[in-house]
This record gives sequence, structure tokens and C-alpha cells, in this order.
Amino acid sequence: MTALSPRFGYAAAATVAALALTGCVPNNVGTTAASNTITVDSSATDCAVSSTEAPSGNLVFSVTNSGDQVTEFYLLADDGLRIVGEVENIGPGITRDLVVLAQPGEYFTVCKPGMVGEGIGSTPFTVTDSGADLSFSGDIAAQVEAANANYKSYVKDQIENLVVGTEDFAAAYIAGDDDTARALYAPTRVFWERVETVAESFGDLDPRMDLREADLEDGQEWTGWHAIEKDLWPEDAEAGFEAYDQSKREALASQLVADTNTLYANVQDLEFTLDQQTNGAIGLLDEVASGKVTGEEEFWSHTDLWDFQANIDGARVLYDGVRDILVEKDADLAATLDEEFEQLQVLLDAQREGDGFRLYTELSTSEIRAFSDQVNALAEPLSRLTAVLVL
Amino acid sequence: MPHDDTKGLSRRGLLGLAGAGVVGAGLGVGGAFAVNGGGSTSTSNDVASTYPFFGEHQSGIITPAQDRLHFAAFDVNDISRDELIELLRDWSYAAARMTAGQAAGEYGPAGGPYDAPPDDTGEALDLPPGGLTITFGFGPSLFDDRFGLASKRPTALIDLPKFPSDALLPELVGGDICIQACSDDPQVAVHAIRNLSRIAFGRATLRWSQLGFGRTSSTTQAQTTPRNLFGFKDGTANLRAEDTEGVNEHVWAASGDGTAWMAGGSYLVSRKIRMTIETWDRTSLREQETIFGRTKGEGAPLSGGGEFTDPDFEQTGRDDAPLIDDASHVKLAHPDTHGGAQILRRGYNFVDGNDELGRLNAGLFFISFQRDPETQFVPIQLALSRNDLMNEYVRYVGSAIFAVPPGASSSSFIGAGMFDLA
Repeated sequence: MTALSPRFGYAAAATVAALALTGCVPNNVGTTAASNTITVDSSATDCAVSSTEAPSGNLVFSVTNSGDQVTEFYLLADDGLRIVGEVENIGPGITRDLVVLAQPGEYFTVCKPGMVGEGIGSTPFTVTDSGADLSFSGDIAAQVEAANANYKSYVKDQIENLVVGTEDFAAAYIAGDDDTARALYAPTRVFWERVETVAESFGDLDPRMDLREADLEDGQEWTGWHAIEKDLWPEDAEAGFEAYDQSKREALASQLVADTNTLYANVQDLEFTLDQQTNGAIGLLDEVASGKVTGEEEFWSHTDLWDFQANIDGARVLYDGVRDILVEKDADLAATLDEEFEQLQVLLDAQREGDGFRLYTELSTSEIRAFSDQVNALAEPLSRLTAVLVL
Repeated sequence: MPHDDTKGLSRRGLLGLAGAGVVGAGLGVGGAFAVNGGGSTSTSNDVASTYPFFGEHQSGIITPAQDRLHFAAFDVNDISRDELIELLRDWSYAAARMTAGQAAGEYGPAGGPYDAPPDDTGEALDLPPGGLTITFGFGPSLFDDRFGLASKRPTALIDLPKFPSDALLPELVGGDICIQACSDDPQVAVHAIRNLSRIAFGRATLRWSQLGFGRTSSTTQAQTTPRNLFGFKDGTANLRAEDTEGVNEHVWAASGDGTAWMAGGSYLVSRKIRMTIETWDRTSLREQETIFGRTKGEGAPLSGGGEFTDPDFEQTGRDDAPLIDDASHVKLAHPDTHGGAQILRRGYNFVDGNDELGRLNAGLFFISFQRDPETQFVPIQLALSRNDLMNEYVRYVGSAIFAVPPGASSSSFIGAGMFDLA
């Protein structure tokens, strides 16, 4: 642990610096700095803004819906059409903030109670030049579109590999070739874990395919990867656990193959947005923090580090897809994330063994602790990605 | 003495508190604590407040939720039925004294025979009771064949089913008897459990116990809604003591419910819910509010209005999606989702240090009181365990259910009814 200390110290310092540089704006209603907060009263008949001018930089529009319909608020560009920032789904009586990084220029503010039509209370809004350096290329639409398309391809590719791998795994398991099935288990699941936040978004499939025994309720049938995992690695099973018979093996394996094919069909037409990607990255880190670092995901095989690496692979792909945009918007955050990803990879690489990794049960307490700390060091700045990119 | 007709501790109870030397000694100084009804230095009526131990119902249920908790579950040792009765008498005696702001035993922490250990441990000396309540309950395991109570097991005292996402630790589950001590002063609550444990040595032993702070529910209309460790107001729609009709319908067991000796009692479910607050803190405000179905600031339902506005699950936003997600906490826990079923929540936040990964061992110690767990708690918990968006950030590590008997008369003791001694 001693050898690791300087790096963690560095990581923490880097995070703080990044926070300061990007001028994190608190979200608490009523506690934002008055100087850059504009209150907006969205009523049935008007869209009253407390000021029609503000200096460039971070602006907070604190929008209160005083009408009786659900409302939306928009900051539009000087053509009155292009959306610079928006906040939607504000229920009656609710206040919600819109935080935008505004460049000098002319804008319009407009509310849309009832969420239909062209909106009401359109008012010119001027952002004066505060002198703050906000330079980044204005048009990132093409980059975003490319990132969305690339991620779509990645997901399809991973699930395609999952289908092929699962078929081989199922065949070996049904044939009673347990050594082969055990060898294929972790390397195949990697394709699931890399895109786990997408794969588990299908609420009916996920519990059939990836449920852990601890998550079962009374009387619920257990199927999927982990049910087979327990049969293949029964060493830690409770007393009296009986190996599955052939018909159960066939039923579990063929359902897993069928469900994987359904998943494959489901992802073909998926489209992704920028915030889905950035939130997906943090979601994968959460998966690591709550399931893999604790050794609960692969409770019987202890192959958690394969999943760990796959989750990080997936998060890294998501991050790399938007990194060019991030560099333009917040180079410091990009530098921090580069560094933290790399440090985490160093820790993972240290546990490599052959084509895979050491088992979770072979890790020392301090090695596990180091993983946990580094996951936090990466996930905390990563959690700010959405706000920085989608603003 | 708050109750002159109570006989005092049994010989065995005295042994526990003060050693053999005390037995047969003359009456000493009362050992009353600092404030019992109007201390001159008190700046708040609350700190000096007391609630009666004896009465129709036990205190600590619809009593305005105090700020602090010490909850303990005990296993009864290999003792006889009569010895169990004696234990409950001793506990009732000491609990009545402590809730009145007095020492656990007659002599108090700084008096009595000089060669005997004091009959009160002393850390509550000079402290006002802070509204201390001590509430007893009996777990399903008490009604096995050890004490001849099998036929007395209340029908409503079910064994809780296994809920999805339960990750229960055996050492945090169940118990023969529970004691809930609540006070605005944590030291007073701890003092109560400590002295009651001491009285029980040799007769019952601690199975698990839990400290709690920052009450997470309000049980009267005058109390503001507190926040859980996710930072959200919790229990806005809780039953309130003033709602007599609601409390009678949803909290108090009635004689017609199938177990006559439980009339005026209730059923307590406790669930220790570990929160993975580190990952929670990394989620966007949008996701946090979506998960709860309420705003983080005021606690208003996302369908609009203020904190106490009824949620409108039909209200839709962009793309006709409901403003309150179908898998949000407020939707899944709402009485409308469960045929009107309601529970009285009385939980507390906890932080038990940190775990081996450097994460705060934090969460919610959930406590609810209800008349019939099978039709009230179970369906709500099932809906939450199956679908709650919040499940990604919580895991249930402890669980227990207890029959909370009615209050005792001042000449009797808690639980007398199940021995046909009431």
C-alpha cells in the first residue's frame, strides 16, 4: 500500500483542481450564487425572466412553474430556433435549474407550458463578454453523431460475439465437458460485461440471464449464467447441493442461448444519445464498485476480475468515443480521466495470469482495497462527464 | 418512584445490576436523574419530556419520533417459563423507572452499599430523559416449545418471506425479544439498552443491536420531514399520530384480529438497509429525483405541487411519459399501489464506521409498525424489492419481525397477556 500512496495523493489533487477550474455550480435551489442566477417564472401566460442580460460563463436559469400545466424552458440561439439549453418536465409548483455555459451573444428565452406549440413569452436575452475564456469549437454535432454511431456498432459487435461464445459454452455444458465449459465461462461473459448497462436495460431478459442467487425471491426459478456457474463450481455450495441432471442442464443452456439471441435482436435497432453514453460509462463503474470489487458477481467461479476488466473496457470505449469533445470543453477533466483510467489499468494488469486473471479469492485485502480506492478515484470525476458534455 | 405498586427487581435482576451484596439491604436514596418535569436550566421542553411507560399502548410507536435510537434484539437463554416471566417483570420495572428519568435500580449510580457495584451504570446521570421510550416486542422464535407459548403465537406474527435482493447476514436477523429505546439524547438511549442487557445477563443475551440517528420519519403533524442518507425527505406520506382513524385501522391490533392478548399492540418489522452511498453520490440529480419520484429540495412529487401534495401518477411530460416513473420509490410504496395499505414508519439513519473497502457502512435502519404485516408490509416490500429503481443503491442486510404487545397496567408487566396473567 505504501507504494500506492503518492499516486492516490496525486489523483485526489487532480480531481480538486479540475473541480475548481470548471467552476462547479451547486444545484441546490436557492443557494446558487446570485450573480449568475436568473430566475424564471413560467406561468400560464408569461415566461418572466429576472434579467435579460448576463455575463458569459456559467449561467443558472432557475425555472419555477407557477402555472397548472407541465412546462419546459428553452434558451434559444439568435435565430430563435437552435436550442442552446433546455429543461423539460417541470411539474406545476416545481423549480428546476438549467445550467449552461453561455458564450457572448444574443439569445431568446421562451417557456412552453403544456409542452406544445411554439411557446410563450419569448424574450431577447443578451450574454455580454465577461472576458472568460470559453473557447471551443461551436459545432460538435458531427462529433456527437459519430460517437453515437460508433457506440452502436460496438454494442452490436459485442453482443454478436456473445451469441457465438454462448453457443459454444452451452454446447460444452450440455455435452458434459465441464472443463471446456469452465474455460469458456469468463471469456464469454466478457462480451456481456463490456456492454452491461445496455444488456441489462431489457428488464425482462436481465433477470433471466444474469440474476445472482442472492437476488431470488421465494419460489422464483433461477436461470441464466450464474445458475450454471454454481453447477460448474459447486465447491462453495451449501451442504446438500445436488449437481443438476441432464434435463436441467439442457433446459438452462438452451434458454440462455435463446435469450442471448433475443438480446441480439433487441440491440440491432438501438440508437444512443450522448448522455446515454456518458451515463453508461458511470453505470459501468458503478457495476464494478458494487459487484466486482466485492467479489459478489462471480460468487462461485471467483472470476470477478474478468468482469471488472470488461466493465472498464466498456467504460473506456464510451469515454474514448467522447474524449475529443471533452478535450475541447474541459481539457483538465480529460487529463484527469486519462490518468485515472491508466492507473486502474495498471492495477488490473498486475493481476493478469495467462490469458486471464487471478481469482478474486486469491487477492489480498490490500489489493482489493487498492482496486476500490482507484475505482472511486476514477468514478468521481467520471460522474461529471455528462454535465460537462451535455450542457 | 413512578409506580409505588411495583415490587422492584427480582433477586436475580438485582444480582445482575448490583451483585449479591445488595439483596436485603435497606432502602437507599431514590437515584432520580436530573430532570423530571421542568428542570430550571432547560431551554427546551423537549429534553425534559417524558412519556408514560404504562398504558393502553406501549410508547415509542405513535410517540413523536425522537432523534436517536438504540435497538436491541435478544435471545432468551435456557431458562424456565417462570424465569422468563420474572425477566419481563424486571425489565418492565427498570424501563418504567428509566423512562420517568430515574435510575434503572433503586439506589442509582452513585449510591447504595459501598462494597457493591451500583445498580445503575451511571452515564445518564444528570441527563434529562429526552423523551425516552422503551418498547418491547416478541419474535416468532419465542413461541417455540421452550416456554409453553406455541399456542399463543399471534397469527399475524408471520415468518417474513425471502425478498429479492435480500443479502441478509445471519447475525443481523431475528431474535426472541426486541427492545427499542428512543430518546433525543443518544447516551440516554444507550444507557437504557445497556442497563436492560445487564439485568438480563444469564437470562437473555444480545443477539444484535443497532444505533440510529436522524430519525427518518415524522410520526406527528408538527414534525418536519427529516432526510435519509440519500439526502431525500423520507416518509412524507407516513401515518401520523393525530390520524386516530388511520392509526386504529393500520397500526393497532384489535381483539377481533385473531389473537386477543395482542389487542392494543402492533407488529414491528425492522430491516437494516445498507446504502452504497458512494455510488449514489455519483448519480445525477436527474436520476436521483427519478428514483425517488420527488424533488430533492422540497420533496414535492415530480407531478407537481408541494411536499404534501398527493402524487399524480397520471401526469405526463414529454413523449407522454409519466412524470413520476412507474419504478420510482414513491409510486411503488404508495398506498394506491397496494389497495390502500399503509404502514407507520419509524426508522433511523445509521453509520457503523466503515467497511474494509473504505466505504462508509451507512444506511437506513427501517422500522415499521403495522396491524398485519402479511397484508401491509409484505406487499410493499415485495414491490420495492422487485422493481424499485433504488435497489441498485441498497442492500438489505438485516431483518426481523416482532409482536409488540399492548402496554401494561402499572401493576403488571409487558407481555403478561400471553401468560394469561394480565
